[in-house]
This record gives sequence, C-alpha cells and structure tokens, in this order.
Amino acid sequence: MSALLAEAAAPAAESPHAAPAGCAHCGAPLPRGEARFCCTGCAGAHALVAGLGLDAFYRRQETAAGTLRPAEGAPETDFAALAAPGKGGTHRLELMVSGLTCGACVWLLEQALAREPDVLRARASLSARRLTVEWRGEAARANALAALVARLGFRAAPWSPACLRATEDAEGRALLRALGIAAFGMMNVMLVSVAVWAGGDMGEATRHLMHWLAALIGLPVVLVAGMPFYRSAWRSVRAGRPNMDLAVSLGIVATTAMSLSETLRNGEYTWFDGATALLALLLAGRVLDRAARRRARQAVAELLALQEGTVQRLRPEGGAEACPAAAIRAGDRILLAHGERLRLDGVLESAEALVDTAATSGESLPRLVHQGEALAAGAVNLGDPFTLRVTAAAADGSLAAMARLLERAEQARGRFVSIADKAARFYVPAAHAVALATFLGWWLWVGVSWQAALVPAVAALIITCPCGLAIAVPAVQVAASGALFRRGVLVASATALERLASAGHVVLDKTGTLTEGRPALLEEPGRPASALRRAASLARASRHPLARALVAACPDAPPAPEGVVEVPGQGLRLAAAEGEIRLGSAPFIGLAQEDEGLTMWLARPGLSPVPFRFADRLRGDAAPTVAALRGLGLEAELLSGDAPPAVEAAARAAGIGPWQARATPEGKAERIAALSVDGHRPLMVGDGINDAAALALAHVSATPEGATDLAQTAADLVLRGEGLGALPYAIRVARRAQRLARQNIAFALIYNMVAVPCAVLGYATPLIAALVMASSSIIVILNALRAGQVKTQVKT
Amino acid sequence: MSALLLLVPLALFLGGLALLLFLWTLRSRQYDDLDGAAARILYDDLPSQPRDPA
Repeated sequence: MSALLAEAAAPAAESPHAAPAGCAHCGAPLPRGEARFCCTGCAGAHALVAGLGLDAFYRRQETAAGTLRPAEGAPETDFAALAAPGKGGTHRLELMVSGLTCGACVWLLEQALAREPDVLRARASLSARRLTVEWRGEAARANALAALVARLGFRAAPWSPACLRATEDAEGRALLRALGIAAFGMMNVMLVSVAVWAGGDMGEATRHLMHWLAALIGLPVVLVAGMPFYRSAWRSVRAGRPNMDLAVSLGIVATTAMSLSETLRNGEYTWFDGATALLALLLAGRVLDRAARRRARQAVAELLALQEGTVQRLRPEGGAEACPAAAIRAGDRILLAHGERLRLDGVLESAEALVDTAATSGESLPRLVHQGEALAAGAVNLGDPFTLRVTAAAADGSLAAMARLLERAEQARGRFVSIADKAARFYVPAAHAVALATFLGWWLWVGVSWQAALVPAVAALIITCPCGLAIAVPAVQVAASGALFRRGVLVASATALERLASAGHVVLDKTGTLTEGRPALLEEPGRPASALRRAASLARASRHPLARALVAACPDAPPAPEGVVEVPGQGLRLAAAEGEIRLGSAPFIGLAQEDEGLTMWLARPGLSPVPFRFADRLRGDAAPTVAALRGLGLEAELLSGDAPPAVEAAARAAGIGPWQARATPEGKAERIAALSVDGHRPLMVGDGINDAAALALAHVSATPEGATDLAQTAADLVLRGEGLGALPYAIRVARRAQRLARQNIAFALIYNMVAVPCAVLGYATPLIAALVMASSSIIVILNALRAGQVKTQVKT
Repeated sequence: MSALLLLVPLALFLGGLALLLFLWTLRSRQYDDLDGAAARILYDDLPSQPRDPA
C-alpha cells in the first residue's frame, strides 16, 4: 500500500503550488517568512525525532505532504481508561493511528516508543493502522504514550469495535485457508494425473493405483476446501434463489462422485484434478475480491474511529470524568467543550450556547440556544463550554433511531440482484439440463452403462461449471475498486459499483457537500484595508465562525487588544481610547437594518459602519463536477435543509437546475423514494446526519471525507482525497467495469457453446477440460484488468 | 514401479509438510499485515524487540 500511496502523493509533491522546500517535518508548503517549519507543532515533532536519533525517517518517508502535521490542541480522549492490565504489572493499549501510511512511519513509531524506558513492546500494523503498546507501570502512562504518538504528527484514536470488525476478518481467513488446501490438492493430484495422461503404456494395476492415490488426496481436499461454496449454496437453496455458488458446488460434487465411481471401476480417467483446480481458481478469485474490499472497509473504519471519543460526564458530587457515550444514562449531566460534537440528545442547562447544527438540519449559520432548549445529537459547540442534561441514553436517542432507520433501508437494498446472480439464474438451470440430457442420452439412447454415461455428463457439467463466469465479475470488481482506491474513493459495498454504473439522477446536499461548510469573507472593492485589519484584530478574541473567517481573510492582523468583550450571539465590543468599537450583527451596532444573516458590521466612532459579507463558499470543484455529471447523463438536483436564498445561490453557482430548501431528513428520504419509484435510480451525495436516511434509501450513495460518521456508514462510497471531483471518475470507472463484466460473461458463454458439444459427444478428456478452464480464466482476468484504465479527464 | 512406492509417499509427505507450514503461518497471523511486512524488511535496524517483562 505504501507504493500506492506514494504514487498518489507524487502529484502533490510536484505541483507548482508547493514551495520548492516544504516543511522539514510534514513536507507541507511553508508559509511566507518561515524557513524550515510550517507550524510550531512540526518544529516540535522534528526536534523530538532528531532528539531520539531517528532522523533517518526523513530520508525514508513517503507520506503525502501535510499528513504528519501535529494537530493543534491536546487530544481530549482519556486513554488511561482504555489500557488493559496484563501480567506482572504491565498494561497494554491498542490505538488506531491515522497518518500511518508508509513503512518509515511504522519504523518511526515503533522506534520512538521503544526508546521509552518502560515500554516492553510496540508494534504497528501498516494495513490495519493499528498500534499495540505494552508497558510496565500504571495505566495512566497511556496518556503520555498517546501524546508521544500525537507529537510525532500521527493522530491516535481508541481502537474501536468498528475497526476490529473491519480488520478481524474471520471469513477471509477461512477463505485463505481453503485456498491453501485447494492449491495443495490441485498440485498433488496433478502430479498423479499427469502420469495417467502421459502414461499411455501404463499397466491396468498401476493406473488403478494412481486413481486411488488421486482419490486419497482429492476427496478430503474437495470436502474441506469446498466448504465456503457449499455453505453459500445451501443458503441460496433455502432462500429459493439459486446463485453461482450452487452451480459451482453441484459441479464439484458431481465431478468428485463420478471420479470416485471411475476409480472403483478403474475407468480410463478420473477428474479429481479438475475438481480441485476449479476450487483453487475460484477461491483465488474470492480471496482477491475480499482483500480489495477489506482495504476499503478498513479505511472507512479509520475515518470513523477518528470521530469517536469520550464524553465528559459531570459527577453529581462535583468534578468531571471521561466515559464512553454508551455509558451515559438519561438524566446525567455532561460538559461539551469548544469544538466538540454532541453525541447524545439533551436539554441545555447553561444560560446560552452557540452551536452549529449543520449536521442535523443543514443550516449553514450557527444558532444561539437558550437555557431549557433541546439539542439533538450531532450539534457542534462553537462557543464556550456548556453543560446539558441528557434526555435519552445513546441507545434510545435520535442517533440510534436514525441508525435503525438505516438498517431497514440497508435490508431493502440487500435485494439488489447483481449481474453475476442474474446470469446465474438462467445459466445454472440450463447447464444442469444439458448435463442431465447428456447422461440420459448416453445411458438410454446410446445404451452404455450408467457409470460410463456419467463421464460425458459430468464432463459437460465441469466445462460449463462457470469458472470464467464466477471469476468474470469479481476480477472486474477487484481491478476497478483498486483503481478507485488509488484515487481516494473507497468502495464499501460489493454491489456499489454496479449500482453506481446505472445511476441516472444525482441529488446533492448543500452544506458541507457542495459547499465547504464554513463561511468565507467575500471580497469587496470599496472596503478600506484598515477596517479589515481592525475588524480581524478584534475578531481574534472570538471563536464564532464569522470571526474565524475574518481572521482567515487577514492573517497578519495584530493580536486582539486587551479588554475585548464578547456578547454571545451578537458581537464584540472594545472600549478604546477614541470611544467604543463594536463588531457584530446589525442590531448590535445600532443599525435599524434587517439582519442579512451572513454579515458582520464594524462600527467605529466618527466613521460610517463597514459591512463584512460572508458566504459559505462553493467547493472549487462543485461546478465542474456538476457539469461533468451532466456530461455523463446524470441530471443534478439540490436538496438542502438550509434557507431558500442560500440554497438558490448555491444552485445557481453550481449550475444545478431544480433545488429545494428547508428539506427535513424525512423530506429528503421521501424525495429519494419518489425518484426511485419513478425509475430514476438516484445517486445521493450528502454528509450530514440529516442526509443519512436519504443516503441509505438511494439507489447508490456517496459521501465526502469530512462527513458525519452516520453518513459514512450509510454511504456506499466515501470520497476521500479529492472530494466531489472524483465522483465523475468513479462513475466512468463503474460504467467501464460494468461493460467489462458483461463482456466477460458473454465471452464465458461463447466459450461454453464451443466446448459443451465437445463434452456432450464424449470427446472431452480431463486434459482438455483443464486447458479450457485455465485459458478461459486467464482471458477473463486479462480483460478485467482493463477496468482500472480509465483516462483521467483534465481536471480544473 | 518400486521407485513409485518410495517417491510418491515422499512427494506427498513434502507437500503435506508445506501445507502444515502454510496453516501455521495463517494461524500465527502472518498474513494480517502484508503491507507492513513488505516495508519492514527494508530497514536493517533491530526491530523493537519484546523485552522480557520479568
């Protein structure tokens, strides 16, 4: 994977925007005036690495620029509670480490931790991003060790059950075990079979011995290695929907039974080689397919783990403790720090609070909440820390209700029939009918013994046994999702690509999906620069998003003067020498004017008020993406919970025709359902909790990287890295994959049309069957490899 | 013919040994972090040895 990521990182490093020499630690472009480091965090990290004598890291690392920039602010999680006590006073901590993208990172992390005198063992897994540290001493050391990881520039999060589910792949391991056994069986049976094929002058007794040897190896192998197929086939029989695995299972069992009968009567050939080779080939396809999807699942789990954390519960007797959200009961009081996301429903106990409810309602403006008002889980605290009383435990709250809704929607979508299963539906009965007819024809019509009649019948079965067919679709999937993974598109569901290829309509959410989700200052030609500097300097005292945007627009503003007072939800005031300076909403500075929402005013004594207008800026790639989607034949529409003017402006700027504002979560889901009923096959793109139901209901869904965890769980695709811009590419890859899957299926069918008459007439020998099987599989796989070769359109 | 009596069991024994070895590697989770293993081999520093807790 490191190679893949290095490949992905290469364009970033070569881009002309990057300064020739990046930050000495993280490699990000340097801000003006800085010589070596982009921030103090990086300087600290570099000093730490150098102090440990691990400078070699910088020669070896292959991470993307900016990945290893230490996050500002100390981590809020209390890791001590997560440390598991071991034998002899030792403790063990498992962490999910984000930013662990190359071998050098693993090396740095392990070496840096090993330098701690009390650390017994530190082991990082590159594919799972999992770090296991064991140390002797108290559990409280966990926080110091996690802080060390953070200081190096990695982001550590508790190893969550979701991570474990994504990594602990018992079924995948069972498949790999079956593949090993089948490969062993295939090669050893072949050893005997080649002797039989080549030994025309072999004596009867020797041949009988060979047959028995093949049976001795073949029977247990077929029994054990075929289990994954038999299980799936049995499930499909019970569900009344024959799938490809049923055909595979029947083919293998029939071949084995016929070979056993041939062994008993010392026939000319046995077919154990065919049965085991078929198993090995099919299992190899399965293992590859699973590995590709596991990688995507792990990446999604990593994103989710970063959002998980603990809740600060206020003890009745005073003081706060960190505990997991699941342990909080209704009636408990919790403290929400600045910037933290609320995980439970509650009623505000503090006097007021400024919260961002974009995730639950889609509103782009922060809201001032007063004491006694209810707050739904998903809101983010933008102001000072506040306390609230929890009204529902996590399992009964609004998030859990939404999760249950998602589950139901998922089940409904589980009924989607993939192209491989569609092909199996008509193919399997046809293949079995041909085999049966061959058997009856030889036995009753030609008049050979029933054992002899079995041979051509089973030969027909094994040749039709959809080797090419069963590999045709997974091989394409592997190649396509691998290509998408390299572009940062994570494909979480097995049928997602097929559904994406057939999507005909795209529904976009506004806040956070089409827009950046945070306001930015609009340029205004007549505005004096001194006013901006003054306003930005005042704004440094506030954490309100508009104030933040003001500071971002004027980064070299002087620090906030002493004595700035913030009036929550209204503005800032400063008693300066020349009189009172105010920065805030229109009513706050005494203007009778209607408040226009995203506007701030600066009032200075003796000067006319200066307005600062803000807008939630459209993402740079929004308009080109919508245009590209239209080029692909997808009509776009905007569906947002925000106020109509903002939605209309965004729709016009992005070039989207139909738009709907003030859409509730139910309203969004209904719109998606209506589109589906009309046969439009909607592709839903959204990021909020209010989008989750719509995402799960849609024919196919995608979510940008920074989305809420609920949205990421609900969506089929997570657009990491390039964001929206990768969507048209993903659709092109999906369509190409679909085309190749169809070609592969057609090819496998044509192959059968030639080979089956040969088998039915009794000309097929195990050698011919083996050649047919191997050659068709190779051709199908080679064709599938073309799935990743979609030309990247010139990006804007 | 007598050669077969020796060679065939020998071949099967060796093959079986390899199979057992494979099952052991699988059980001891050597396939869990293939990316890490591929990168790790490039560094000739001593790996962070598990120190004896005693």
